[in-house]
Amino acid sequence: MAEKIKSSEITDKKTYLNRRLFIQAAVMAGTATASTLLYRRLNPKAVEKPAGEKLQEVAKTSTADSTSSGFRVDEKLTPIQSITNYNNFYEFDTSKSGVAYAAQGFVTKPWAVSVDGLVNKPKVFDLDELLKFQQEERIYRLRCVEGWSMVIPWIGFPLNKLLEKVEPTSQAKYVAFQTLLDPKRMPNQATGILSWPYVEGLRLDEAMHPLTIMATGLYGETLPPQDGAPIRLVVPWKYGFKSIKSVVKISLVADEPPTTWNIEAPDEYGFYSNVNPNVPHPRWSQATEQRIGEYGRRKTLLFNGYGEQVAKLYEGMDLVKYF
Amino acid sequence: MAKDRMNNTRFFKLVIFVNALIPLVLLLWDSYRHNVGANPQEFAIRTTGMMTLIFLTATVALTPLRKTFGINSLVKVRRMVGLFAFFYGSLHLLTYVWLDRLFNLLSVTQDVARRPFILVGMTGFLLMVPLAITSTNKMVKRLGGKRWALLHRLVYFAAIAAVIHFWLLVKSDTRLPLTFGFIVALLLAHRLLVRFAPSQPPPKTAGLFQK
Repeated sequence: MAEKIKSSEITDKKTYLNRRLFIQAAVMAGTATASTLLYRRLNPKAVEKPAGEKLQEVAKTSTADSTSSGFRVDEKLTPIQSITNYNNFYEFDTSKSGVAYAAQGFVTKPWAVSVDGLVNKPKVFDLDELLKFQQEERIYRLRCVEGWSMVIPWIGFPLNKLLEKVEPTSQAKYVAFQTLLDPKRMPNQATGILSWPYVEGLRLDEAMHPLTIMATGLYGETLPPQDGAPIRLVVPWKYGFKSIKSVVKISLVADEPPTTWNIEAPDEYGFYSNVNPNVPHPRWSQATEQRIGEYGRRKTLLFNGYGEQVAKLYEGMDLVKYF
Repeated sequence: MAKDRMNNTRFFKLVIFVNALIPLVLLLWDSYRHNVGANPQEFAIRTTGMMTLIFLTATVALTPLRKTFGINSLVKVRRMVGLFAFFYGSLHLLTYVWLDRLFNLLSVTQDVARRPFILVGMTGFLLMVPLAITSTNKMVKRLGGKRWALLHRLVYFAAIAAVIHFWLLVKSDTRLPLTFGFIVALLLAHRLLVRFAPSQPPPKTAGLFQK
């Protein structure tokens, strides 16, 4: 056979090798590009914080009394880029770095919060009414149950101001909160990873505590979608998941209300979920935390450092049993 | 022609080698550019961990793929893929001991005792160590093929440990660890089926246990 092929038809060795080299280079470049793109896709880039609206008439509490009240901690603020690109909001994405991207374009107007239950004057507040409460800046630590923490300059108003308006009856002992339920706007609500809508709860005295606020903004601007726009709860002495986001309903109730993470894993997340370095999560220790932006780990403080203000709420209570 | 085939194999290996290093290069590059998000420590640990799991799964997948689809050349990259699993596993352990524990070895041992998922992960890593050590041709010869093959079945236990390690650490969204778990289970089932299928006589293993 071989003799029948004319020598002119045989690709000369140099061309053959060149072609081979060319194909190899193409294969190498092609696969390397594909791998790079795949890596980039799986690790989405940070999203620029959408331009919020400047919140008007924010009261500046004087530093002297606000430190002892816990209203302002004197610690380095976590950069806005981190606050808006690293957090949990399972309604949008279960990856902390994916929430910002998934929440882009979340529409929060119009928005209303219904406050009802065991109250004399139930009322539906629209967002503008809620923004009429005197807004003030609160610089709080935020400790996530996963073991990381931030320092966030929230804008908001004490929840007790809102509750006073609706006049809770004497039977009201707890406050139940609910996040928006709308799988079209919150895509992960179409999955079963948690039971929806997200619900949370506080004891009435916890809800009335001056440190408990409804936040409407951070760093002087309205909340970006990924951080719970347009209005969320912030309870600085409890693990972050207690501070329910994008709230649409607040109900005063007589009995301890169900809470989402407690439903999901009752042995891991209690109703109280006060930050407590001495009560480990069943799968990890809570003794230390990674402060975002720092190298190394900090010691976690009892009640997230707000013991002076809130410890009396739990006097005589077994914090291990009521974790 | 034989030489060509050898060149093809070498090139195939080079393609895998380069692609396997791309995640590491990008991780280093992004770290250098401060482009690894709000929690770089966690990012580095998570990325190296994910690569370990991917390469472990790939290692376990190679033999079933080769047998099912008759791609015999896959056997030639098995060692490299396995060693990449060990490489990323070592980086995963290093980043954890460095960035999470700050080289405080006492705190590492406490952490192993306190957190079950750390214990499982550490076990998975230790299972890979003898496999990496005995990955050379010399060691295959020294151990003898069958004994070597028996030892290297540990890779399944390492893969299972890696999946459990991952599954234990997520809060509620177990879809990704379960996907890896499903794949590893499927591959293991395939192995067992081939091994114990009645149509094929089981390979003789008696010799293994004779002096």
